[in-house]
Amino acid sequence: MSFASGLIAPELTAEFPGLRLHWTELEARVGASPRDVRRRLRELSDRVAGAGVVAMRTQPIPHAYRAFYRQVGLDPDAARIPGEEVAVRRLLQGGFGSRGTLQDALLIGLVETGVPVWALDARRVDVHSLGIRAAHSGERLGGGADGFSLPAGQLVVADAACVHATLFGDPAPGHAPAPGPGMQRIVLYAVAVEGVPAIHVEEALWICTDVLGVG
Amino acid sequence: MLLEHQSRTGIGSPPAQDERAARRTLRAQIAKLERELAEAFVTAYPMGGLDAEPSRSCAAPRLLDLGELERVRDDLAARVRAARATISERADRQAANRVLLERMLLEPGRYRFVRIANRDIGEPGCGVWQVRPRLGLIGMLMGWWQVKLSSGCPLATGRGAAAAH
Repeated sequence: MSFASGLIAPELTAEFPGLRLHWTELEARVGASPRDVRRRLRELSDRVAGAGVVAMRTQPIPHAYRAFYRQVGLDPDAARIPGEEVAVRRLLQGGFGSRGTLQDALLIGLVETGVPVWALDARRVDVHSLGIRAAHSGERLGGGADGFSLPAGQLVVADAACVHATLFGDPAPGHAPAPGPGMQRIVLYAVAVEGVPAIHVEEALWICTDVLGVG
Repeated sequence: MLLEHQSRTGIGSPPAQDERAARRTLRAQIAKLERELAEAFVTAYPMGGLDAEPSRSCAAPRLLDLGELERVRDDLAARVRAARATISERADRQAANRVLLERMLLEPGRYRFVRIANRDIGEPGCGVWQVRPRLGLIGMLMGWWQVKLSSGCPLATGRGAAAAH
């Protein structure tokens, strides 16, 4: 399994040298999770407790994402970083419920490493131009006329053809892999910021591919 | 002569580079303040937590200009200051309550019916220390006072709600 680096717009690299996007492409079936994955989610649920969630923001990786959120104008106390978001959800719901192979794989990767991973339908992505840049004026999420209009300058994950997601946001409708009976090509990508070691990013992607059964 | 040459050629202090350096400094300050705020949050949590601040952030991540980064930095600095003041004030209050509890234990008769909750002295749990008369009315009349610690947290739903179902 190999991981590739996405393109970062030069003006972003100049401002945030640590901002990276890593992706990998794989073939997997998206459906209900097998028993092993559901058991792993239960074990993960047992590892996430209130005291740990409170102290999470002082740990290096959550701190790196929180600091980056503030540097790009987000308030991590209002729009939580992905790692804290799932941890708080675990506390409120009492456990990590299974939501299918793909979502479970992304969740396990995130909880284990603190690095968020998202999935795109490979048929809609030109991986060789996938990266992070600022949205242009009049650009729409998903590229279609029905996608909501993005403010110019908003940081997005995009390829040469269209914007697939806002930075740290879920993919545009129709751009995420849909559940189905057959195998399908999926692009997994992780966004790392300064202070997040490369090995954690690779580990997050590797865990996702492993849970999807292709590691 | 050298300075004149540099300013003429733009070497050394081009405005774009200056601004970029300033933004880099501001981002480093923001990261440092974020760490300090996180540490203050963890410290304050057992004391009742920090007051929620209204969010002034935009909904979309983007490159901030110098003025916006300064505003973020200043907001964070103000929050760290407020957090430290809150922690200091609560720590003082807890210290005073601990002293009061020690006095209650030494001379219960002087602090009749005074109550101090565990959380008021920075301890976990729902226990409450209270000066009560020994043997009820007899103790009140005889001046027999003692400090009792109640134990256990109330039921989440309460006895009444459970019984009603």
